[in-house]
Amino acid sequence: MEKTESITEIAEIEEFYGKDMATRDAYGMILAQLGSKNPNIVVLDADLSCSTKTVLFAKQFPQRFFNMGVAEQDMIGFATGLALTGKIPFASTFAIFASGRAWEQVRQSVCYSKANVKIVATHGGITVGEDGATHQALEDIALMRVIPDMTVIVPADAYETAQCVVEVAKYQGPVYVRLGRAKVPAVMPKDYKFQIGKAYIFRLGKDVNIIATGIMVYESLRASEELNNEGIDTGVINLSTIKPLDVETILSVAKNSKLIITAEEHSVIGGLGSAVAEFLSEEYPIPIKKIGVKDCFGCSGDYKELLRFYGLTKENIINTVREFFKK
Amino acid sequence: MVDIEFLKEKARQLRVEIVKMLAQAGSGHTGGSLSSADIVSALYFYKMRHDPKNPQWRQRDRFVLSKGHAAPVLYAALAISGYFDKSLLTTLRKLNSPLQGHPCSRSLPGVEVSTGSLGQGLSVACGMALGLKLDGIPAKVYCLLGDGEIQEGQVWEAAMAASHYRLDNLCAIIDNNGLQIDGACHNVMNIYPIEDKFLAFGWNVFTIDGHNMEEIVRALDEADKVKEKPTMIVAKTIKGKGVSIFEGKVKYHGIAPTYEELQIALKELSDGKN
Repeated sequence: MEKTESITEIAEIEEFYGKDMATRDAYGMILAQLGSKNPNIVVLDADLSCSTKTVLFAKQFPQRFFNMGVAEQDMIGFATGLALTGKIPFASTFAIFASGRAWEQVRQSVCYSKANVKIVATHGGITVGEDGATHQALEDIALMRVIPDMTVIVPADAYETAQCVVEVAKYQGPVYVRLGRAKVPAVMPKDYKFQIGKAYIFRLGKDVNIIATGIMVYESLRASEELNNEGIDTGVINLSTIKPLDVETILSVAKNSKLIITAEEHSVIGGLGSAVAEFLSEEYPIPIKKIGVKDCFGCSGDYKELLRFYGLTKENIINTVREFFKK
Repeated sequence: MVDIEFLKEKARQLRVEIVKMLAQAGSGHTGGSLSSADIVSALYFYKMRHDPKNPQWRQRDRFVLSKGHAAPVLYAALAISGYFDKSLLTTLRKLNSPLQGHPCSRSLPGVEVSTGSLGQGLSVACGMALGLKLDGIPAKVYCLLGDGEIQEGQVWEAAMAASHYRLDNLCAIIDNNGLQIDGACHNVMNIYPIEDKFLAFGWNVFTIDGHNMEEIVRALDEADKVKEKPTMIVAKTIKGKGVSIFEGKVKYHGIAPTYEELQIALKELSDGKN
């Protein structure tokens, strides 16, 4: 019953390496694979299975897939009950509904009972695009991070997503995974091994280090290339687990930096930037600049235009760094 | 044979422990704990297969107290069943006690899931019922709701899902004492007719006198015979049942007996014994 190991065989996971694809697509594929390895995995969705990609699991394992209809609060409660009878429920819907509509169910039923529920939310952030503000979760990391015993993960690409889902299935306890709608470039190296709670250092800079999550890891890597060319020694860290915070890595990175940049596709209030700032302000206060959405709602538009509109770009990171070092 | 007198005596013992622990705590929910004592007695001392020495026994029937504010009746049932020593009941609502103001599954064995925020328990009970079915475990899930609680929208999401997934191993009970904190349910936000609503949602529905032990036992037994549908037992009850000064009084929804009231309560509850 406990056998989930075989899926981690490199042959299967490696198929996701180097693939430019939406993290939700990687989720759907790996979840369907996991389903054949572990009969205890059950999947719930709230009428969005074609968008969250749980439909791939549903097609292969219809007897272990449960559509709850447009009823997110009930879905989270249902998942709690399934977890308490020994199942490993993956509950998926859009990030705004999983973290917002069902917030209190996540707090009271899931986390307060320490139920082994995996909430994998897709359509996090501004890259939802044309649907606009009602469907763009810019607060979900904050909402989930504040609940005791919750683990919060935002993978950067398909390869990391696939590894993350496998690890999350093995982990005992509530987890919130935030995925995206739009295709994202592959960023993680082939020898990368995802661990819950462990940040990944691409490169450590002597001047500035960018701590990023999700799609902003790619933007940060591109920004760092230009900054390094300009002579500003820039590093990039992928902080995919936002809770529990990898305080060791953050502290050692901070001690190596004149400036820390945080970059996330989320409000600057309460997310990755806040988590890093909360920790460093007490343990090692150094200058921090937060790249994120500035306390406002999103809006409709092509997602690439939206990223530019809200400053979620390498250009904004570069300008922020230049501005700091000009002083 | 069902020993009705035994179950009535257990219900009396539950009420005694409820008023004692609440008076000791100095706060808590008296009315709704007393109104559900007969139902809980029938569940814990007749209907449910459970093992106080092995609270995690996989084959056990589950009980979800969706109306978590009636925690005292659950704690009394667990203590009398032997999950923990009765002396622990005096720690209700005190710092470091596993007996939290509302049930907490992480601190007290026998509590299946943390409840207290109304409207959430039925969904969890549904998930448990489904999980048991998937594993082929022939156990049942019982879920006790308050009547004011069904004003929560999530209850109706769960009601829809329970019949959609044909959860005939789920039996919910509404403690229909007719009163909620701000007054009579039909004045605060009308919940009636309850039966018609659940029938329309595809449930099997029984209406019983929630203080008549024969009727409670019969309804719980009849629910076992219903296939392909969840069962809702609408139990007509009296808030504060068993202690005349609390009966039918909204005031005692959320307050504990004073020392003087406790003496009256204990006298009435012991008189009722004879």
